[in-house]
Amino acid sequence: MDSELSVIVAAFGYLALLFVIAAWADRRARQGRSVIASPFVYTLSIAVYCTAWTFYGSVGRAADAGPSFLLIYLGPTLAMLSGPLIIRKMVRIARAQRITSIADFISARYGKSSRLGALVALIALIGITPYIALQLKAITLSHAVLMHYPVASSVATSASSFLSDKSFWVALVLAVFIMLFGTRHLDASERHEGMVAAIAVESLVKLVAFLAVGLFTVFMLFDGPADLFARAAAQPQLQQALSLSAVPGGALGWIGTLLLAFLAFLTLPRQFQVLVVENVDERHLLRASWLFPLYLLIINLMVIPIALAGLLLTGTGSDPDSFVLTLPLSAGREGLSLFVFIGGLSAATGMVIVETIALSTMVSNQLVMPLLLRATPISRRLRGDLSGWLLGIRRIAIALILLLGYLYHALIGDAYSLVTIGLVSFAAVSQFAPALLLGLYWRGACGLGAGLGMLAGIAVWSYTLLLPGFAQSGWLPMSFVEQGLYHLAWLRPYALFGLDGLDIYSHSLLWSLMANIGVLVGVSLFTRQNRLEQTQAALFTGALTEGIDTASLWQGQTTRGALRDLLKRYLGGTATTRVLATADASDHTTGMEAGASTTDGENVAAMDASASPQLIARAEQALAGALGSASARVLINSVVRGEALDMEAVLRILDTTSQTLEYNRRLEQKSRELARIGEELRGANERLRELDRLKDEFVAMVSHELRTPLTSIRAFAEILRDSQDMPDDKRAQFLEVVVLESQRLSRLIEEILDLARLESGRLTLHPKPLDLVALTRQSLAAVQHPIEERGVHLEAIIDLDEAQVIGDPDRLEQVIINLIDNAAKFAAELSPHVLLRLERRQGQVRLCVEDNGPGIAAEERERVFEKFHQLEQQGVASGHSRGRPRGSGLGLPISRGIVSQLGGRLWVEDAATLDGASLIMELPDAPRETQAP
Amino acid sequence: MMAPRRTERLVALIILAALLFTPPLILLVDRPVGGLSWLAAYLFAAWALVIGLAAWLLERGPKE
Repeated sequence: MDSELSVIVAAFGYLALLFVIAAWADRRARQGRSVIASPFVYTLSIAVYCTAWTFYGSVGRAADAGPSFLLIYLGPTLAMLSGPLIIRKMVRIARAQRITSIADFISARYGKSSRLGALVALIALIGITPYIALQLKAITLSHAVLMHYPVASSVATSASSFLSDKSFWVALVLAVFIMLFGTRHLDASERHEGMVAAIAVESLVKLVAFLAVGLFTVFMLFDGPADLFARAAAQPQLQQALSLSAVPGGALGWIGTLLLAFLAFLTLPRQFQVLVVENVDERHLLRASWLFPLYLLIINLMVIPIALAGLLLTGTGSDPDSFVLTLPLSAGREGLSLFVFIGGLSAATGMVIVETIALSTMVSNQLVMPLLLRATPISRRLRGDLSGWLLGIRRIAIALILLLGYLYHALIGDAYSLVTIGLVSFAAVSQFAPALLLGLYWRGACGLGAGLGMLAGIAVWSYTLLLPGFAQSGWLPMSFVEQGLYHLAWLRPYALFGLDGLDIYSHSLLWSLMANIGVLVGVSLFTRQNRLEQTQAALFTGALTEGIDTASLWQGQTTRGALRDLLKRYLGGTATTRVLATADASDHTTGMEAGASTTDGENVAAMDASASPQLIARAEQALAGALGSASARVLINSVVRGEALDMEAVLRILDTTSQTLEYNRRLEQKSRELARIGEELRGANERLRELDRLKDEFVAMVSHELRTPLTSIRAFAEILRDSQDMPDDKRAQFLEVVVLESQRLSRLIEEILDLARLESGRLTLHPKPLDLVALTRQSLAAVQHPIEERGVHLEAIIDLDEAQVIGDPDRLEQVIINLIDNAAKFAAELSPHVLLRLERRQGQVRLCVEDNGPGIAAEERERVFEKFHQLEQQGVASGHSRGRPRGSGLGLPISRGIVSQLGGRLWVEDAATLDGASLIMELPDAPRETQAP
Repeated sequence: MMAPRRTERLVALIILAALLFTPPLILLVDRPVGGLSWLAAYLFAAWALVIGLAAWLLERGPKE
């Protein structure tokens, strides 16, 4: 590509776009409409894991060492899967203690030890600087490839001087960017919303760019994946390219690299920054736990095709690390090459930005501030607002870190390939893992052990990876690597104690971790922790136990004024007012302290009032957010008299909390059971009440019904008794009435008894096989005469010869007669007509009785089966006047009871052939053969 | 947020993933078929399976 200007414009335009995105996200955050509060943005920000090393180096590693490049991503997949367990705990602790970096985290865990924090910060600085250098190198190399293809990149870069070296300018631009968005304010939580948004965009850009070059390779340079793999398989020298034999160290090396990537993912400062510090909501972890592995899978899909294509198409002399660029360049696709260059740029800058912010926080909080605080004369002289100083320190740290990275790159960077530097860094930060992970789960791990363990680990790392690296760059004699220190064979750095056959990284990881864990555990088992250390250990290991309020553990004494002055010096005026205001708000709700105004007009009395434990705790948290927990502890101790934290109290609270939780859980279970039982009881009570009400109604109605015939009998009997000279025909008529009413009375009583038996379940039926046809004919014969006497036309259609059912003949006959009688009562006044039909339908014998009366409305149909329903209707309607015998209103309920006891159904429908209602009885068909013997 | 049962299932999934990604299981698939080893294809497939299982496990509502 010949247009240098267009490349520079594109690169700087891209960086400017990042500025804009970060500024926009910061403004949104200030307005309270955060753009990063989403699991997707969280996932993309974690993808800062994929650096230029992924973008260019994966292909190189795939070409050199087969599928082992995948291990760098399978390790984080395992780590991320355990995110809801491990990382969630870290997030919870970091939030509770306002932790801002991994150095702060480890220092806080081991009793807020400033020495430990400084050690972690130093190790991170040593281990990560080459990694930053690697990114600068990748940018420079890719730029050189882009500009000078097909000249080999090493030739192109060698002549560049200091000022014309692109990576120097890149480092400078990045330093400005990071200062602008990484140290804009001293927020207590150390969140950088703008930076996270920019990183998320960068993750998208590099993913799309990599996929683009992959698809181009597979579908434009080859005819799809099948063609590519077939041609690769045909090359004898590529036969072993994808098998385990291409992996250095074989099966053991495989496990070693997987473990290395797993640990490094959790301990890399930039991963800690995006995973823990920049986490907005711990629920995002759940989705990110599978979404981030998915991102890794997608970005790795194209690595093997690109590597194979590069090996097939370009000569043996070309550098596999730049296949991603040289493939589109060789095809003359300059636009695509530029896009790929931007993708690589985004991968590199994303890493540099986050890593530098994390490192600068560590350097300022763990290295510089403790020194400043210790040198009291200096801090006395710096009267007034120190918050500006803090930001200044951090900005200088950023510039120095990038300068260091640049120098490393400029001086010795050329001796390494991309992958080598990355894995050396991984092995260095893995030394944090024992202190971090054991500290999360083992209360006994102590600070001295953690510090010595890390020292031992990093010493072994230096001896087995760093120094041999220097030797390969020519800074040390190569004999040191080949023959060991002082020519002692068992001290050979790549085969310590004669351990041979592993790849150098697994070898280094094995020995360094063994030393690290051994020292940590050994020392911890024989050391007493101090009180603060015990407290912090208990708080860290019990972090997922709900309901621990560290604030209530404070016992120190100080005044509000002293605290305010302290905060003001280190955080500035606005932040101090905010901290005091929130502390006051929570004080008011807990009623711990009489409300004192914290605005500028606060009076002297309020300033002299003693600060509540909550206020002291909040002040320390706020300071920890800006300065790190160790420095915050020193500062708070300078104004607070007396023991601040009580170990016994913490342990007691932890123990009682877990016990209380258990009790709570049981109580909750019990109360849920009780609530359920209560609900059932309430339901039962409702039913009982309803039944009681029905019973009362029933009794009232029965009494009423019994009284009517009784009244008339009594009236007529009295007339007969008192009127001796009554004509005989009149007397006979009256006596007839008395007899009829008595019959009605006894029928009524009979029915009430039936109903009572039915409802109490004491009605005993005598079911036996019977022929419903015969029974129906018999019933018809019984009612034919009285019905027709009333002028009703009774018609019967019986198509069956016989219909075997199981039933009680007497009771069934009662039902049939009742149905016919009922229909006759409701048939039309003019030419009343009743139709009875007996048929078989779907294994049921069905008896329909229709009338040509007014019918029954749909909503009334179930009500006719209620007791005395018909009475209510008829009492109002004109049925009485027609002189037909009145029913008790109990016939249908009794009939339904009998039918359902026999396993059948009784219901109302519209009549099929006549106009009125149709009452239908269905009984199960019981053919003769099945119920023999 | 994490019901005990879901935690147990997640731990089992992590163990499964660790087994799938390491020897000796990967030695079984490290055989050349038509020239190239199946190892990479197997790793991608196992990876996708693990991600699918994790998504299924973590996206379901926390009902127990």
